[in-house]
Amino acid sequence: MVSRLEVRKTYKLYIGGNFPRSESGRSYPALDHRGEIAARVAAGTRKDLRMAVRAARSAQSGWAARSGYNRGQILYRVAEMVEDRAAAFNAAIRLFGVGSAGARREVAGSIDRLVWYAGWADKFAQVLGNLNPVSGPFFNISVPEPTGVVGIIAAESSPLLGLVSRLAPVIVSGNTAVVLASEQWPTPAIALAEALATADVPGGVVNILTGPKDGMVPYLSSHLDVNAVDAYGAEPGQMEEIEQAAAGGAKRVVRPPRTKLDWDKAQSPYMIAAFTEIKTVWHPKGL
Amino acid sequence: MSTTVSTALRTSLPDRSLTPKTVASYVGGVTPVDEVGVTERAAALSTRSVKRESKLAALDLAIRMCDLTTLEGRDTPGKVAQLASKAVQPDPTDPGIPSVAALCVYPNLVPYAVEALAGHPVAVASVATYFPSGQAPLEVKIGEVEWAVKAGAGEIDMVINRGAFLSGDYYRVFEETASIKEACGTAHLKVILETGELSTFDNVRRASMLAMEAGADFIKTSTGKVSPAATLPVTLVMLEAIRDFYARTGRPVGMKPAGGISKAKVAIRYLVMLAETLGSDWLTPDRFRFGASSLLNDLLMQIRWIQEGRYQSPDYFTKD
Amino acid sequence: MCPSEPVKHPEIVPTGLDYVTSVESTEVVSIQENYDLWIDGAPTKPSTNRYFQTVNPATEEALSRVAEGGRKDVQKAVEAARKAYNGAWGKMQKSERAKYLYRIARMLAERSREFAVLETLDGGKPIKESRDFDLPMSSAHFFYYAGWADKLEYAFPGLGTDSIGVVGQIIPWNFPMLMVAWKVAPALAAGNTVVLKPAETTPLSALAFARLTAEAGLPPGTVNIITGDGRTGAELVEHPDVDKVAFTGSTEVGKQIQHRLAGSGKRLTLELGGKAPHIIFDDAPLDQAIEGIVNGIFFNQGHVCCAGSRLLVQESVFDALMDRLKLRLRSLRVGDPLDKNTDVGAINSPAQLDKITRLVEIGQAEGATMYQPPCELPERGYWFTPTLFTGVSQSHRIASEEIFGPVLSIMTFRTPAEAVEKANNTPYGLSAGVWTTKGSRILWMADRLAAGVVWANTYNKFDPGSPFGGYRESGFGREGGRHGLLPYLEGGW
Repeated sequence: MVSRLEVRKTYKLYIGGNFPRSESGRSYPALDHRGEIAARVAAGTRKDLRMAVRAARSAQSGWAARSGYNRGQILYRVAEMVEDRAAAFNAAIRLFGVGSAGARREVAGSIDRLVWYAGWADKFAQVLGNLNPVSGPFFNISVPEPTGVVGIIAAESSPLLGLVSRLAPVIVSGNTAVVLASEQWPTPAIALAEALATADVPGGVVNILTGPKDGMVPYLSSHLDVNAVDAYGAEPGQMEEIEQAAAGGAKRVVRPPRTKLDWDKAQSPYMIAAFTEIKTVWHPKGL
Repeated sequence: MSTTVSTALRTSLPDRSLTPKTVASYVGGVTPVDEVGVTERAAALSTRSVKRESKLAALDLAIRMCDLTTLEGRDTPGKVAQLASKAVQPDPTDPGIPSVAALCVYPNLVPYAVEALAGHPVAVASVATYFPSGQAPLEVKIGEVEWAVKAGAGEIDMVINRGAFLSGDYYRVFEETASIKEACGTAHLKVILETGELSTFDNVRRASMLAMEAGADFIKTSTGKVSPAATLPVTLVMLEAIRDFYARTGRPVGMKPAGGISKAKVAIRYLVMLAETLGSDWLTPDRFRFGASSLLNDLLMQIRWIQEGRYQSPDYFTKD
Repeated sequence: MCPSEPVKHPEIVPTGLDYVTSVESTEVVSIQENYDLWIDGAPTKPSTNRYFQTVNPATEEALSRVAEGGRKDVQKAVEAARKAYNGAWGKMQKSERAKYLYRIARMLAERSREFAVLETLDGGKPIKESRDFDLPMSSAHFFYYAGWADKLEYAFPGLGTDSIGVVGQIIPWNFPMLMVAWKVAPALAAGNTVVLKPAETTPLSALAFARLTAEAGLPPGTVNIITGDGRTGAELVEHPDVDKVAFTGSTEVGKQIQHRLAGSGKRLTLELGGKAPHIIFDDAPLDQAIEGIVNGIFFNQGHVCCAGSRLLVQESVFDALMDRLKLRLRSLRVGDPLDKNTDVGAINSPAQLDKITRLVEIGQAEGATMYQPPCELPERGYWFTPTLFTGVSQSHRIASEEIFGPVLSIMTFRTPAEAVEKANNTPYGLSAGVWTTKGSRILWMADRLAAGVVWANTYNKFDPGSPFGGYRESGFGREGGRHGLLPYLEGGW
């Protein structure tokens, strides 16, 4: 048998629909459970973050302007792409020493979560919004609108399900996202980026950065063009730093749950609500 | 159709000829009105507190602004004569009470009103133009107006052609109104829009503008035969139209809410609205009238209450 | 003849009817010489032994002396609230809580004139507004949330109905009593207990409300009122046993509070400042738009976070609108807030008057053109003439900074897209106004305006059932309506 050299994948960032290397030209080694290098991954910096926020901002109004039906279809398409690449996702997770059953559960859970949120795209406004019966001849309606650009600090421990569980409720309403992937376990996030890129998700709607979080979290949290920070998957110990930075722009911060993280159960329309703003419109009713 | 046109609209449209198209375009360009906003503004003005000497002055003014009115099929010369004496001397026990502005009757009763009011400062007003429906040929309406004027009516209260207005024939409304104005000669013309039939404030504002362009000396809300008649919001819309017409042409037009105003308290609200919209120049019977019948006694009762400090009974005021 | 009917009013001067002053009687109110803190259902002397004056801004006369709460007092108040949360109020059946809130609503309505006069004396707002707006709305707010108290499971299906615990609330001086209602009613309806700090210049209605809750039989500790300035507020915010903070006030202070709470795990909602765009298209119902503009900026002397302080007028209707607006300004009656015919009352405090004066000077220095109607101001008290600025551009400070006074900055635009761009060109996002007769344009605009409340063909409308709150630096969380419960429920915002 003729020996064949394996073609290795370069793990890059995902910004504005493209896969650039870090502007720093650096990468870092992600280690597996034995402490051996599982992959070399782009080491994103605050400058990459800046580019990602810019991409997210320019994609936001267009993404929000799409119909819920369309966003739902696209999220469902992401689920299809992940399913199609299940083997690759399994491999990306198993790189770090997770058993095959655990990897399969993580991938299957992620796909199902995407499908669940896909269905909310054209329904959350009906559940989270309502007509208000005010005293007086006025039509008065409250509707949820996307907050804007959301920074997601992804969980370290659940590299795919933890990420998808936060990303889906953010983008389903029309927000765009800048994700700081699990630093210790980044490859599933990049696999997800590759699925997103082939699933009709417009460039810039999701931007995924790998690299040392310490160098990016403060800039993400304080960035005045980031409207909300999702720290649901962050460590409680990080919260003071994140919230200090966010306070400068009166920014919304979603904190880790008070109870123990349970990614199997982390789905709710109120997780969509956390990244929406209620807009109330008044109009007189008269001749 | 008459080709007589008022010069007013021509003034407004110096470089255009007057055609159904230009009149329609004029009407279409009238600023829209939001009903809820008008109603709120009218309600806000109604919270003004008018007390003591301001109230007495307002009540006195309201009496002087009254067009004391009787428009019944059963009206007789006798009834008109009685009402005329009430108009001249609303409160026989109090000579300080002024006369009303005018006595308003049907055309055939004008001669009796003229006779009864001879030598008094109370004007004779006559409804005309096939009041209240206006559903008659223009020639008939003109004839009626000419008859009433000839019989001595100094003021003519005409009705606009609402059918034409609602069917979009604004040109006809304009033409008819202008023809009536011409038929009035020196008599003052009050143009009744019958706002209750126009139904929307947008229509009221358009009809107000059209009537003023056609030469109205006053615009008036209602015949009193259709409900709703005068309301504060509809009056506000018309006052604002008067203000804007005045600003454009410099010609002051009077306002007459009519029908349904029977309480002094409400009359004062109208005066508040008038003053805060058009200013003190309009606080005169020359530019504002109330078309009313039962209002007068309530005004008298309120004056007496202020003067005597005790609440009054209608039994102490003459009904004619 | 252009469709907008340009208006010139060479002679019309709206006058009013020579109204004699018609002053609301103050006999209905009795103000104590001193007010202690209200803790655990009773007046409580402050540990600081200090009292500060509250004055009537229309006369500069002292009304009363009010306790300055310190750390120990906050401690006591939070303890009392905790005790009530773990006890009488927290364990009470929800339907019983509802009945207490209904009772409070009714009692407020019953004593509305008394509270209205008190509000006007302490804050300077026209009696017309405290009587016809603040008090009816306060009562209605309790009535609305009373109904939710025993129906929480239907408000947000699947979320649960757990309350949060002890809530620290800090409110501003512009709508003192109404803000008490906005804060207390939903908090109690959801089952929380409250420690509330009113603004230092307007503490009296909150203290009167405290006494009303006792009269209503509300369990002691359920509502505690601590008075004082920003330092007292800071103590409350930082108290470790406060589970949630709700603040209404300036964006600057809101951010400070957010800083203080960073990492604490305390829940926070903020209702902050604004610089609301008020957009007039050339097909607007102009006379009603004028009322909207006047109401938008002169209501409550412009001391309104959602005041329509940036007027954006389509160029084609600018002249017609300005003529009408200036004319309308001449009919505004500025003066004694207790006079029932006063439209614009006193500026709340000398500090606020300084701020307004300074920004108006800056506006003139920046080259904007100022218009003020002829206006005679009383000799004593704090007053500011209703003011318009034209020739303003987005880069002027009077176009970007919240003035919180009766000062309107007017700019023009040419196309809807330009209007949206200018409207959203601010870090704030509390409210916006749009006037146009075209329905599809209203919806197009409403979609694009970054504001928590969009008033279309109306302005400054409020209802207990309608959520209010901002985008961006105008804060987060909503007050009013079903959404107003979320900040007070576990798992909510």
